[in-house]
Amino acid sequence: MHGWGIAQRIRQISKEVLQVNQGALYPALHRLEQQGWIRAKWGDSENNRRAKFYSLTPDGAKYLRHEQAQWKRLSLAIDLVLETP
Amino acid sequence: MRWYFRFPLRLRSLFQRDRAELDLAEELQFHLQNQIDLYIAVGMSPQEARHAAFRSLGGVEQVKEQCRDARKVNLIENFLQDVRFGLRMLRRNLGFTVLAILCLTLGIGANAAVFSWIEGILFRPYPLVSHQERLTAIAGTSRDEPGGTPLSWPDYLHLQRSCTLCETTFVSKITGTTLSIGDRAERTVGSIVSANYFDAIGVHPILGRGFLPGEDLGQSAHPVAVISYPLWQGRFKGNPEIIGKTQRLNGVLHTIVGVAPKEFFGTFVGWGMNFWVPASMEDIFEAGGYKLEDRGARWVEAYARLKPGVTLAEAQQEFAAISQRLAAQYPSTNRGRAIRLWPLWQTPFDGAHTLLPTLEIMLPVVVFVLLIACANVGNLLLVRSFARGHEITVRLAIGAGPARLWRQFLTEGLVLSLFGAAGGVLAAYWCRHLLVLLFPARAGVQVHLPGELDWRVLALSAAVCLLTTILVGVVPAMQTGRIDLASALKMDSAGVVGGRRRAWLRSSLVLVQVSLSFTLIVGAGLLLQSLLRIRTASPGFTTLRVQYTAVDLISAGYDTIRAETFREALLDRVRALPGVQSAAFARMIPLSYGSFSYSPIAVDAYTPPPDESPTVEYNEVGPGYFLTIGIPLVAGREFTRADDEKAAPVAVINATMAQRYWHGRDPIGDRVQVKGRWLTIVGVAKDSKYSSVREQPQPFFYVPIRQNPIRSGALHIRTDLAPEQMATAIAREVHALDASLAPYEVITLQEQLDRSTSPQMVAVILVAVLGGLALLLAAIGLYGVMSYAVSQSTRELGLRMALGAGPLNLLRLVLSRGLTLTGAGVLLGTAFALFLTRLLGNLLYEVSPRDPLAFGTAFAVMALVSLAACLLPAWRATRTDPMRALRAE
Repeated sequence: MHGWGIAQRIRQISKEVLQVNQGALYPALHRLEQQGWIRAKWGDSENNRRAKFYSLTPDGAKYLRHEQAQWKRLSLAIDLVLETP
Repeated sequence: MRWYFRFPLRLRSLFQRDRAELDLAEELQFHLQNQIDLYIAVGMSPQEARHAAFRSLGGVEQVKEQCRDARKVNLIENFLQDVRFGLRMLRRNLGFTVLAILCLTLGIGANAAVFSWIEGILFRPYPLVSHQERLTAIAGTSRDEPGGTPLSWPDYLHLQRSCTLCETTFVSKITGTTLSIGDRAERTVGSIVSANYFDAIGVHPILGRGFLPGEDLGQSAHPVAVISYPLWQGRFKGNPEIIGKTQRLNGVLHTIVGVAPKEFFGTFVGWGMNFWVPASMEDIFEAGGYKLEDRGARWVEAYARLKPGVTLAEAQQEFAAISQRLAAQYPSTNRGRAIRLWPLWQTPFDGAHTLLPTLEIMLPVVVFVLLIACANVGNLLLVRSFARGHEITVRLAIGAGPARLWRQFLTEGLVLSLFGAAGGVLAAYWCRHLLVLLFPARAGVQVHLPGELDWRVLALSAAVCLLTTILVGVVPAMQTGRIDLASALKMDSAGVVGGRRRAWLRSSLVLVQVSLSFTLIVGAGLLLQSLLRIRTASPGFTTLRVQYTAVDLISAGYDTIRAETFREALLDRVRALPGVQSAAFARMIPLSYGSFSYSPIAVDAYTPPPDESPTVEYNEVGPGYFLTIGIPLVAGREFTRADDEKAAPVAVINATMAQRYWHGRDPIGDRVQVKGRWLTIVGVAKDSKYSSVREQPQPFFYVPIRQNPIRSGALHIRTDLAPEQMATAIAREVHALDASLAPYEVITLQEQLDRSTSPQMVAVILVAVLGGLALLLAAIGLYGVMSYAVSQSTRELGLRMALGAGPLNLLRLVLSRGLTLTGAGVLLGTAFALFLTRLLGNLLYEVSPRDPLAFGTAFAVMALVSLAACLLPAWRATRTDPMRALRAE
């Protein structure tokens, strides 16, 4: 998916809660690409313009799963702390 | 897998920067376009949509910059950018660039040259010899002579057989002979070597062969020789049929079997060997007869190449064990003696250790020069950075961090240093053999001191270059910390001449330069005084009107009786020559490279304490010697023709000897025992210098030649004629007596004294030249600083003029600032000098390291130079047109 598309998607899925600061999106994408977790390819978009499409690499997928697990553990812990009277 | 993606990505970012930039621009463009479409779709006008889209992204350039940062190639990119920028700036100020690079070339080049000389002498002193890093010197030691003595041939053979840690051993003993060239004889230096010499060192003759195994055994059994390339070209005119021709060496016809390669000079530091003969010919060249089978006769100077991976310590242990076995097996000759190894640069029988003290002085001197050159360049950069003040503030204003600016300045410093280093290494390469210029050649002896630019030298030069970069780049960078943005942008430069705050860095650089130059000049002054004192101090004998020469009778095969007849005949003829006041023979001249005879003595009236066995040196002299050489006798008489082999043995002692062993009583008539014979003392001579002008008074005595036969001696002549005239006359007389002989060069004893003090002269020249250079650099630095200061403060000067200051006042203002700077520098330099000149120690002769004359002269020189340097800028200051100056700002 290309950068703009990613921004829109995040907004959609999070039901308008997360509005990505678009200025921070692209540096983040480039950093992820530099670190090898996503890979980029130029192609044509839906509206026939040239765009840079990003996709996850196997390493990236592994890292994503790792980060997801971390996040789950963290949020569970915070929930526990908040619910305990 | 990650790096697999990362690396090509980063490489791509580096090399296809333009491509990546376009991609980035296009990506963001795509985003903006979509966002605009979105906003238009919700009803904004195209204009509003554009604004909203750009606002939502944030600053496009900022985003791009952040993306670039994310790619983390900025470090290298920035560096390249700095380099390109630096090169452009250097090209624009060509004059400054050339000056800076010249200074750095001088500083770095001088250092590289001295490094290469030290490297050459210490580590690879023998051109063309293979694997010198594993070569060591073998010498014997005993309780009395821990510094290294020669070995005996049987001991050497034993070593060769039993040493397991040595890859190979070989013998190379320096020797000499006389070759006649027309009217003059010249001493030629060569080596007595073992048969495996050329193979062991890996040098192969370009014509003919080296020596065959076994050619080094037997008594005079193999009269063959390998000659050097220069000898082949010079004396034999490069004759291609040289192999098989014969040459008389020391009276014996030797067959020439090989010619050594062009760049090969043998294995003795400082001297170039002209011929090599096998050890079997030893008794022809060495005094003392056939020694190859005498275990007690020590003459061998040998080397060993250790096997790869063997350390010196391991080899020492093996040698110690071998020595012990030898001492046990042959107690009469080897008891109390050991054989040990020395690293090549500490060879006890070599010229290297005489050179080291001079080289050791050179090192700090060139480091000084480097520091001064760096200070100069730093100053130049600093001055230029003021001119770039506007550029720097703009950079700071648009967001460059101070680190970025530091990087910029350091990079520019690096570019300059690299150019300077390249030039310096090149210059050092050209000068690498120039060390020999500092050591004046002795007549006929070719001196060769190779310099070597190997990896060690280059690594050191690189380190020096790096140091230079930091020193030089840091200087302008330090200014960035204190730029007040607002006022700087307003171009409000205060009166720099009067102002003190911002000038301290510039001033301190000039301070450093002035103080270092001052120290060098003081050093040069001290050394010069010392040299003059040495050369004019009376050595106890007449120097200007006495000349000497010699005829090599040993090489010609004369025995002592025939030699004596020859000498008598020559003396008669020389004394009859017009202009000759007197003449006499003596075995040794004073202040020569040879050594006097010496003997343990016993005196009736003197019982030495138990741990002292008095040994005194002596000279064998002919009748009329003291008159000829000008040594006065304080008592008694000198030798006459009546003191011959039939008369009673006599001796003349010197005053110190009389004092030490007779305690002031009259020694005339007393006896002294020398080498088993009792001699009657007939005279006491005044003390003089015997081996070196710097020696302490020591006991010494003289014996008549007729009672102590010698083969070769030096002819001393007292005359007012020039040496050249004497040379032709003497050559004629010598030829008349024996057509195959010729005398050595004729020189005065003063010339001999001068030659013997050449290390001191070398030191003086070195320090003086470099001191002068340093002074020039300091003067240029001072001039540059003052000049710039004046140009920056035209407004202040104009103001002062408008308020009524006359040109004289302005002159005084500028001069006083400049001279204050110099004064402070001189003060600092005095402190340095007082501290450092102590280290000159043993090079100073009767000159105190704090000699006021040297300091005073240096002070005067500095004052004059700085006056000159400040004069032009000061004069320019007085020409300020106040109207223009005030209007310009």
